Amino acid sequence: MSEPVLSVRDLVVEIPTRHGVLRPVDGVSYDIAAGEILGVVGESGAGKSMTGNAVIGLLDRPARIASGEVLLQGQPIHQLQGAALRKLRGRHMGMIFQDPLTSLNPLLTVGDQLTETIQEHLDLSASQAHERAIAALDEVGIPAARQRIDSYPHEFSGGMRQRVVIALALCAEPELIIADEPTTALDVSVQAQIIALLRRLCRERGVAVMLVTHDMGVIAEAADRVAVMYAGRLAELGPVREVVTQARHPYTAGLMASTPVASQGQKRLRQIPGAMPRLDAVPAGCAFHPRCERAQARCRQAPGPTLQACDGRAACWFPITHEQEATL
Amino acid sequence: MLAYIIRRVAQSILVLLVTGFVAFSMFSFVGDPVENMLGQERTQADVDRLRGQLGLDQPFVVQYAKFLQQAAQGNFGLSYRQGREVSAILAERLPATLELAFVSGLLALGGGIGFGILTAIRRRGISSNVIMTLSLVGVSLPTFLIGILLIYVFSVELGWLPSFGRGEVVDLGWWTTGFLTVSGLKALVLPAITLGLYQMTLIMRLVRTEMMEVLRMDYIRFARARGLRERSINFRHALRNTLVPVITITGLQLGSIIAFAIITETVFQWPGVGLLFINAVQFVDIPVMAAYLMMISVMFVGINLIVDLLYFAIDPRLRVDGKAGGH
Repeated sequence: MSEPVLSVRDLVVEIPTRHGVLRPVDGVSYDIAAGEILGVVGESGAGKSMTGNAVIGLLDRPARIASGEVLLQGQPIHQLQGAALRKLRGRHMGMIFQDPLTSLNPLLTVGDQLTETIQEHLDLSASQAHERAIAALDEVGIPAARQRIDSYPHEFSGGMRQRVVIALALCAEPELIIADEPTTALDVSVQAQIIALLRRLCRERGVAVMLVTHDMGVIAEAADRVAVMYAGRLAELGPVREVVTQARHPYTAGLMASTPVASQGQKRLRQIPGAMPRLDAVPAGCAFHPRCERAQARCRQAPGPTLQACDGRAACWFPITHEQEATL
Repeated sequence: MLAYIIRRVAQSILVLLVTGFVAFSMFSFVGDPVENMLGQERTQADVDRLRGQLGLDQPFVVQYAKFLQQAAQGNFGLSYRQGREVSAILAERLPATLELAFVSGLLALGGGIGFGILTAIRRRGISSNVIMTLSLVGVSLPTFLIGILLIYVFSVELGWLPSFGRGEVVDLGWWTTGFLTVSGLKALVLPAITLGLYQMTLIMRLVRTEMMEVLRMDYIRFARARGLRERSINFRHALRNTLVPVITITGLQLGSIIAFAIITETVFQWPGVGLLFINAVQFVDIPVMAAYLMMISVMFVGINLIVDLLYFAIDPRLRVDGKAGGH
């Protein structure tokens, strides 16, 4: 396999507060290859969005990258600031936000917003940029793009607006897209279209996509690999089919059991007892142990399990084993 | 949009009718003008004749209608004190006030928006803190005190700028201007600062608050994530989105710059309509007061109308004419 587009190594994000330092992201590592979609899943506050923001350098102060590395096509970018970082954004990495209603400037036409982004990064004349903007809208499936380019955001429906957002994120042809809950604010039927669009663009262009969501259904449908986060740490990382059907980490297994599947009928959903710890009260050892049925003495001891220390897929001392695994 | 404009114009006319009524009632309730005009040695015949001439013997509604008709033509009768056409006196005084208001307004807008943006973007900078602290002074000190302080420092102590009057003016026939002479320009400085300072701090604080609000919006984050330049983000994306509330307040403030130039004009003995009004109050010169009231209300209504139309220019979401839109 060639060099991954994005490599995150032992990333730690800290927020200094009056009551001590919080760690919303604590030692996260993963790679995303070109043309691959990595799903990052977890509950609210698990650190998944924070990881995405850290990669693109949009952490809100006082949050900051305390240690670890972010490599974009082999180049370290976690220490870049100012103009150097700005030139990467949009050109080499793009971001898609959750709510298409609020991520477009209401006072500028979509064409204005597209051409401004294109001309910022690519050396094109105004008319070339205009043509390219039309092509970008066309590519994300906006019908009659040539006429629609002079429309304002409020003249589009929610799903169409999210397509415009994707066009904006992709118009300068970045190699990496961070999609932060791109379907959460949309109707279910529109969600599927947006996921299909992301998959298509990812395959056709060879873009690496980091898909942040709390929706296991979206992950199962879109992602190639999945990273499950819990309390700022990676709980499990592996190919999506294996993680979904044969979860090794008890948290992943709990997450799967609590995900409704429409086709499976009336089976009562199982809950994971308790709640994810607050950032200022993450327990020692494995952060999940107070909620875990399988927890033993070792789980309560610091240092807790990491992917590297365990089997490389689940950060768990006592992972769930599956009998049929050998045949896979 | 046309329906909206027509509705707004109709509302404006209603407002003017009401202020017209207030202005008109002054004639009936603040003493009898006939007694003032004829003086001590008068006969009942004189009184009746003058009442007939002035139309004061007619029913109230007829008098009001006549007043409106005359007022609409800019005719407010004779000044009790000066015995001249009120409209002529106003026309003579208006340039002084408008020039002062123009310069103050420019100062308030330019300074307010500029400093507002600066303090919003560099929230923690030293310059922002200094400006914010000084702006408290601008908001809390009364206008006349600022005027007197400025006169003390720059006229009395330093002797740089004149303390009163308009300086030399150039008469263009229909307009007298102080913009064309050095002494006229120098005379403008202190009154303009005095009059504009409060509005400037107000606009500045408003722009700052709105700007900080907008800078937290998703589309600003998204603009950052697309690698746009800070300058483009701040001005093209953020500032435009702060303009609707800012224009609303600014419009009202510019109106009040003209209306409440009274205090500044009194402090600096500026020969404008404000000073005229104060003198008219002292002499119970009701036609002048009524005309002033009407003039100010026309200005306020006019500015508000312009502000409402500016919304359409700024915010495309308001331009939707039954076209599919919304959510």
